[in-house]
Amino acid sequence: MDFANLMNNYEEAVAMILFGIGFSNLLLQKNLIKKIIGFNIMDTAMYLFLALKGYIAGRKAPIVVDGIQSVEAYINPIPSGLVLTGIVVSVSVTALMLSLTVRLYRRYHTLDLDKITTQLKKEGL
Amino acid sequence: MAFVQNLPFISILLSLFAGPLSSILSGKKAKWVNLAVIGAVGAMSAAVLAFVLSTGEPYVYMMGHFPAPWGNEIRVGVLEASMAVFFCVIMFLCMIGGSRERELEIEESKMNLYYVMVNLLLCSLLALIYTNDLFTAYVFVEINTIAACGLIMIRQNGRTIEAATRYMIMSLLGSGLFLLGLCFLYDLTGHLLMSNIQESVRVLKQTGEYHVPLLVSICLISVGLAIKSALYPFHAWLPDAYGYSTLSSAAILSSLVSKGYVFLLVKIFYRVVGFDVIMDSKVINVLFVFGIIGMIMGSVAAIKENNIRRMIAFSSVAQIGYIYMGLGLGSQIGSIASVYHIVAHAATKSLLFVAASGLTQASGDSTDFFDLTGAGFRNKLAGIAFTVGSLSMVGFPMFSGFTSKLLFAQAGVESGNKMLLTLVALALSTILNAVYFMKTVIRIYTPEKKKVLVQKDFHSVTMADQPAKSAALVCFIVLNLFLGLWSEPMVRLFGDGLAMFA
Repeated sequence: MDFANLMNNYEEAVAMILFGIGFSNLLLQKNLIKKIIGFNIMDTAMYLFLALKGYIAGRKAPIVVDGIQSVEAYINPIPSGLVLTGIVVSVSVTALMLSLTVRLYRRYHTLDLDKITTQLKKEGL
Repeated sequence: MAFVQNLPFISILLSLFAGPLSSILSGKKAKWVNLAVIGAVGAMSAAVLAFVLSTGEPYVYMMGHFPAPWGNEIRVGVLEASMAVFFCVIMFLCMIGGSRERELEIEESKMNLYYVMVNLLLCSLLALIYTNDLFTAYVFVEINTIAACGLIMIRQNGRTIEAATRYMIMSLLGSGLFLLGLCFLYDLTGHLLMSNIQESVRVLKQTGEYHVPLLVSICLISVGLAIKSALYPFHAWLPDAYGYSTLSSAAILSSLVSKGYVFLLVKIFYRVVGFDVIMDSKVINVLFVFGIIGMIMGSVAAIKENNIRRMIAFSSVAQIGYIYMGLGLGSQIGSIASVYHIVAHAATKSLLFVAASGLTQASGDSTDFFDLTGAGFRNKLAGIAFTVGSLSMVGFPMFSGFTSKLLFAQAGVESGNKMLLTLVALALSTILNAVYFMKTVIRIYTPEKKKVLVQKDFHSVTMADQPAKSAALVCFIVLNLFLGLWSEPMVRLFGDGLAMFA
């Protein structure tokens, strides 16, 4: 294994660690709100990763202000566009998850998904 | 450019705009708009299929006239067009077959919202089928998930909300992994369009560069889509979501939504990464093993189940296992078998759901296995339809399930070291299928005592009582027989389509 690359690309490593944290929270937490927080961490890690992929050291955001038209002056704008799309998706999904959580909480007065399942079995629906 | 070539784009746009339109219409009008849109999209897809068959080659449709590396693209071949036609036909029949249940189970004021979801689901399925751009695929995967979640939770009881929550959680895990794999691929190749990625992957393959990241990204994409389509260990959300949602939702979810993801995976295997790279990566062996475990475990769970809706839902787990097993064989005929099974299972599973609801209707709306005694006599058409569906699932000749089992077996025989495992799993799974489906068929044709019928207040349901459902059931039976008896041209169609993929 070559650890030199790891040190050069430590930002990507951070993004992957954050992704892991978010993923395991979404998968393993019992509390629904914590699950949603985990989901948001996971998606934010993706945006960090994408933003890093588009960044070129020493260049600026691709907005023409002082008449410089050269491609060499700017970073790659496509990953930024992907991040924007991703943010829209994750905001809407978060809203949907939160509304589901509100409904479950009103019905069962708990945020613990396992407890809700047990109560459902008791209801025998 | 012929006008027909615009139709895939128009059909996506039509179903996309029908969604918001339904939100301002009344429930009744929204229903007709929805049926008209599905019909129109089906007709347009059929026209596109005829066009692609006549030219004999796929075409690429530029969005907004930006050429390849920059613009977004739609790609249409025989396989895409035929999938679109099948999905429309099955969705149309599911919507007709479940209209009574929708009126009973969905609040009047929320009726139009249901059609918003169905239209958006159709739009996202079409986009998943046609798109040539990976990130567009991701966005529509999410739209698909949200719409499917709405379909589950529209029937308001504790079970469905919990099922929708579990469905969302599993789907989000899946789409997170899918997005990560997609970003890796973008990072490695610098492209988002499928054909460009494939060229770059070929170059990477030759130079041997970035071997591990490429492997990781293939794994992430496969696992992500496998989670979303409920491959065996990730199926926990499925029985509740299919078992307690309203009938059309259950039928559409089991026959179309999960299949859309599988189709996307097939597309990624062939069009994005290239099948030879996939073969070398050994990822398909993992899918193969989990497919086989799913075939067995799904059927075992179905045998233990006493609720007929949940039993059919567990059978879906087994059938998804079949599809992944076919993909995992890693041969052309294995993939053809999988694609054929996508269609065959979609036609059969929606038939089973609609027929089962006809049977429960004749049993006081009880889904309990023992209440169904003699239901085949009380609702004759549903009984026949359920028998047809069961025979097809078990793999009785003449029906669609037989052809797909035959294709899987052929693919297994040609696959060398996987042959034994495939054939044993097929045989075992067929027996297990027969156990729970034939058990149910025998149960519904066991006469119930008159006294019990009077005591439980069960009434017969004739065809005149349920014209819409009867029509749907007859169409489903015909579709099944068509797929089973006319399998040769179908298989050739899918074979041509897959050949166009490469």
